[in-house]
Amino acid sequence: MDINNYLYLSAILFTIGAVGVVVRRNAIVVFMCIELMLNAGNLALVTFSRINGTLDGQVVAFFTMVVAACEVVVGLAIIVTIYRSRRSASIDDASLLKR
Amino acid sequence: MATNSGLVYLIALPLFGAISLLLLGRRADKWGHLLATALSAGSFAVGLFQLSEMLGRETEARPVTQKLFTWISVGSFNVDASLLLDQLSICFVLLITGVGTLIHIYSISYMSHDPDRRRFFAYLNLFIASMLLLVLGDSYLNLYVGWEGVGLASYLLIGFWNKKPAYATASKKAFVMNRIGDMGLSFAIMIAFASLGTVSFSGVKEKAEFASEATMTAIGIMLLIAAVGKSAQFPLQAWLGDAMAGPTPVSALIHAATMVTAGVYLIVRSNFVFDAAPNAQLLVVIVGAITLLFGAIIGTAKDDIKKALAASTMSQIGYMVLGAGLGPAGYAYAIMHLITHGFFKAGMFLGAGSVMHGMNDEVNMRKYGGLRKFMPITFVTFGLGYLAIIGVPPFAGYFSKDKIIETALNAGGAKGIILGSITLLGAAITAFYMTRLMILTFTSPKRWDDNQHPHESPALMWIPMSLLAIGSVASGYLLYRGEALKHWLEPLFEKHGEHTELLPPIVVSGLALLMVAIGVSIAVIKYQLSDIDAVAPENVSIFTRAARRDLLQDDANEALFMRPGQALTSALVKVDERVVDGTVRGIGQMAVGSGTALRKSQTGFVRSYAMLILIGAAALIAAIWVVTQ
Repeated sequence: MDINNYLYLSAILFTIGAVGVVVRRNAIVVFMCIELMLNAGNLALVTFSRINGTLDGQVVAFFTMVVAACEVVVGLAIIVTIYRSRRSASIDDASLLKR
Repeated sequence: MATNSGLVYLIALPLFGAISLLLLGRRADKWGHLLATALSAGSFAVGLFQLSEMLGRETEARPVTQKLFTWISVGSFNVDASLLLDQLSICFVLLITGVGTLIHIYSISYMSHDPDRRRFFAYLNLFIASMLLLVLGDSYLNLYVGWEGVGLASYLLIGFWNKKPAYATASKKAFVMNRIGDMGLSFAIMIAFASLGTVSFSGVKEKAEFASEATMTAIGIMLLIAAVGKSAQFPLQAWLGDAMAGPTPVSALIHAATMVTAGVYLIVRSNFVFDAAPNAQLLVVIVGAITLLFGAIIGTAKDDIKKALAASTMSQIGYMVLGAGLGPAGYAYAIMHLITHGFFKAGMFLGAGSVMHGMNDEVNMRKYGGLRKFMPITFVTFGLGYLAIIGVPPFAGYFSKDKIIETALNAGGAKGIILGSITLLGAAITAFYMTRLMILTFTSPKRWDDNQHPHESPALMWIPMSLLAIGSVASGYLLYRGEALKHWLEPLFEKHGEHTELLPPIVVSGLALLMVAIGVSIAVIKYQLSDIDAVAPENVSIFTRAARRDLLQDDANEALFMRPGQALTSALVKVDERVVDGTVRGIGQMAVGSGTALRKSQTGFVRSYAMLILIGAAALIAAIWVVTQ
């Protein structure tokens, strides 16, 4: 199989994630879309690693997973806290920064 | 040059007096005046001792120096704070401390009713110390310190009774006008430093012959501006009349005998500069000639006895400046006139003070008259000074002024004839206004009210007056006899070639005496033989009116400098408000405005930020792609 297909898949996944972030309002869904973009990036890294025959890309992919795990912990905690105080998980309701 | 460790005491004694009297405050009220007088007399004694030592040495070994400390040492440029006592300085030292001590003694009595007498004496001592530093400094920089010191003392003393706003204004006026002259002196020092690399008298003298004439002319003109400011010469003369606001002893010491003659000292001390710059020298002569007539004309119209004497001082210093501008032929006579003038003018000012003392501080001569009977000693001492200033032989002014007239006439060509005529005319006007002053004050019928009780002043006042009167009688002949002062000062100046003799000295003397006789007779006819109004007549010619207004000197200053200056400052204020402040405020408003505009893009919606990030990233990638393609 052509190895470039992995790159196409990665691009498609990233695009789905990006569109999801921009168009969806539910914080959980937006959050999942971000994870999708991160994993699309991971897939591209691993693919390039394979193409170049080095391990650098795979190592970076591990780092990304670690960071993503941390981010999930912090991000979910924020979303839960916001939901508790505002009874809503819509990110458009939490537009307090403009003031 | 030999060193002498005693010179510092000349300055240190009065300086100690000034500092201690100012620091001790009211505690020294009881004895402060005695200490100040004793210290001034001590300084005089040191001066006499130095003179006797100097007389004992050979001509070449007469100048002595004393290095106090290294003041400035930068690379190859060195200025020491050191003193130089030579044949010229010693004349000044003795004049300053001698006349100064007499005036201290006079002031003890004159100021006895003033609650601030101690402060007055502290300032007097400060003046003596500064003036001594001025004449003893061995470089222009050291001279400059003394120069500023006497300016400060003059300011403090003119405004001594500063509770009267007019007096405070007078002191400020003197201070500001003196600053213009001081600026000239500082420029002269800077030019000397920049182009000659030295500021000491000996250094400048050494380099004067190698320097270009343009440099020397620039230094000379700047020195002349300095002299013009300090000596109240045209066009910076307007402050001297108002300076009479100070107590009369101050007018006698500072504004007649010593400080105002510092400009003459500066020119004579810088003889090597002016000898190398004929144009600057010509300017000196012109300034002197204008001022001597200017002051004399003002003197004819003044009814205030002190202002009349001040105008006369201005005119007499004009004679000295003119003499000093005539080059090596005139330097010694300028100094001679300076010394004799120091005696007779100080004596007359003290006499004026004595008259005011007896007349409840009345200064208007039209309210005097007939005081000869009531103040015989003042009349005699004043009269001797009067005979000296108008130049009646054998009184002091005859020898010194005659010599200046003679040197002016012998300057050669048209210059000699013009200068000679001006000096002769000045002599006639001097005789006129001084005779007028004498008649109005002493010999005309009395014009004062019955509640005035004129009386002779106490001994502490008339003794200094008498001593100065003796000086007015004898100093001229003593300095003139065998050209004593001229030979004494000769080593300092360039030798001058044989001068042409336009008229023999005896004819010049005759002419001068004729002019004096004309001046005196006009005054006698106009005032002694006719009635004098107790109030100045109003319907007078335009010339008299101009002379009463000091020949419009203040109006000219106001129109030429004050009004344009005010217009300039108000224009600058507008520029500051509109341009400078406008720019600063504009920058602030621009930041606020752009912030307000940009704030609209900040919606607070996370999704729009994400969108912008996405677009930005896409644009960046597109740009990289385009560039690398």
